[in-house]
Amino acid sequence: MTRLLAALAALLFLASLAVGAAGFGMPDALILWQIRLPRTALAALVGGGLGLSGAVLQGALRNPLADPGLLGIGGCAGLGAVVAFYWGISAAFAPALPLAGMLGAGIGAALLLSLAGRAASGPSLVLAGVALSALAAALLTLALTLAPNPFALAEITVWLMGGLEDRSLSHVALAAPPVLLGCALLLRLGRALDGLALGEDVAASLGVPVARTLRLAALGVALAVGPGAAVAGGIGFVGLVVPHLLRPHLGERPGGLLLASLFGGAALLLAADLLCRVLPLLLPLQQEPPVGVLTALLGAPFLVRIARRVAP
Amino acid sequence: MITLSATIRLGGRIVLDHIDFAARPGELVALCGPNGAGKSTLLRALAGLLPEGTRPDPRRVAYLPQGARSTWGLTVAEVAALGRIPHHDTGAAPIERALRALDIWDLRHQRVDRISGGQARRAMLARAFATEPEVFLLDEPTSDLDPAAAHQVMALLRRVAHDGRCVVVVLHAIELAMRYADRMVVLAQGGIAADTAPAQALPAAAAAFGLPFGADPTPRLLPPSG
Repeated sequence: MTRLLAALAALLFLASLAVGAAGFGMPDALILWQIRLPRTALAALVGGGLGLSGAVLQGALRNPLADPGLLGIGGCAGLGAVVAFYWGISAAFAPALPLAGMLGAGIGAALLLSLAGRAASGPSLVLAGVALSALAAALLTLALTLAPNPFALAEITVWLMGGLEDRSLSHVALAAPPVLLGCALLLRLGRALDGLALGEDVAASLGVPVARTLRLAALGVALAVGPGAAVAGGIGFVGLVVPHLLRPHLGERPGGLLLASLFGGAALLLAADLLCRVLPLLLPLQQEPPVGVLTALLGAPFLVRIARRVAP
Repeated sequence: MITLSATIRLGGRIVLDHIDFAARPGELVALCGPNGAGKSTLLRALAGLLPEGTRPDPRRVAYLPQGARSTWGLTVAEVAALGRIPHHDTGAAPIERALRALDIWDLRHQRVDRISGGQARRAMLARAFATEPEVFLLDEPTSDLDPAAAHQVMALLRRVAHDGRCVVVVLHAIELAMRYADRMVVLAQGGIAADTAPAQALPAAAAAFGLPFGADPTPRLLPPSG
């Protein structure tokens, strides 16, 4: 199944290189390198990071509703990126953008873990996430009103919906190293997450370093999600949906879902982005919808379904 | 062998005052006492989950908390396999031994959230057995079990103890403690009220619960014969 997903992601990667406004089939080198490859590589990176982060958060917090976006970690990453972007820090020093995204995501994840405390497996975690999201949104709006650029608000509205178009290879180069590092870190947590399935006491009695695992999960998620959110904006629900789609096929053992969620997230976002490019051909749309709109349209009903199943 | 000498506080309140506890290989020790007497707290301290205790080698000591359940729909075999985490191996042989000892080998591919509470409880016990530890710390191992299964599990635990392991169980069912334990430790009012053979500990247990004791002519279910 995991191999199948990897193959699917690879196939979608190739398809994504072959589809675009310039028509179907392999485009000429300029379009390939300047437009389609950056977009495709970002979709794979961002989607993979989100899928894996969702699987790790759900396992670490023992909460099927955990998702980097829902819990406000994505919002905090966006806040960090906006601060770096609109105050010209990233113009002076390009890596400041993903760094600020990581920093925001890291602070968000740390805040979340401390807010949720020992009740992480219950609904209080989601409430903590709601609080964190609201805080990040408020601070983001505040940052915009203080920003020197008057067009900031319009730009940010589009950015917040998340998009992958018009990004360059330099964006990929900025985001790739931390995302890959974060994913490598998260993939090592499988056994500890398995131990946590029976609760923190059992995990500790099995020799799982619980506090360290939660800290590493927060760090890994910040690395895997932060730079992506800084470069591609607020793409939601991928982390929530992917592990849930995989559980019926792979079983529910948290450690068994990690690698598959990485590939599954990449495949899902590649497919969603492809669909965004094809939609204007099928529907009377003036332009491509942002990919974040599509993932939210798919993900929100999914959330309702999971919430209904989880509710007592 | 597992020992603890400590005063244990929870949230500033003294739960167990100058407790001196030891359990030796070859014996099944039952911790009894009224609700809130500190039985589960003592077990958690022995498992090294409280600041007052030292964290034992997880390969040596297996701990089963009260009402342990899985967040995820793991299979029975996957739950048992968690018991191999301390050994960093997949331990197919110990897992099979554990599942067979608890009579749930045939359920191994079933999800623990889709079987009966008693079967799920056995899966949790199988997780502790799969570790093949020297010391078992089990909080209410017979809760959720019907009377026949409770006798079966207690008989198994006594066998395991008499094979040279050390088994400490928190038990509400005094009758099971009377029948299967080698030693009964009665906790009451922050201390150990009795620590002796079950028959001798009964008066202290009765006092701790505020109940009379004596021979009861009411017909009752008996453990399986033979």
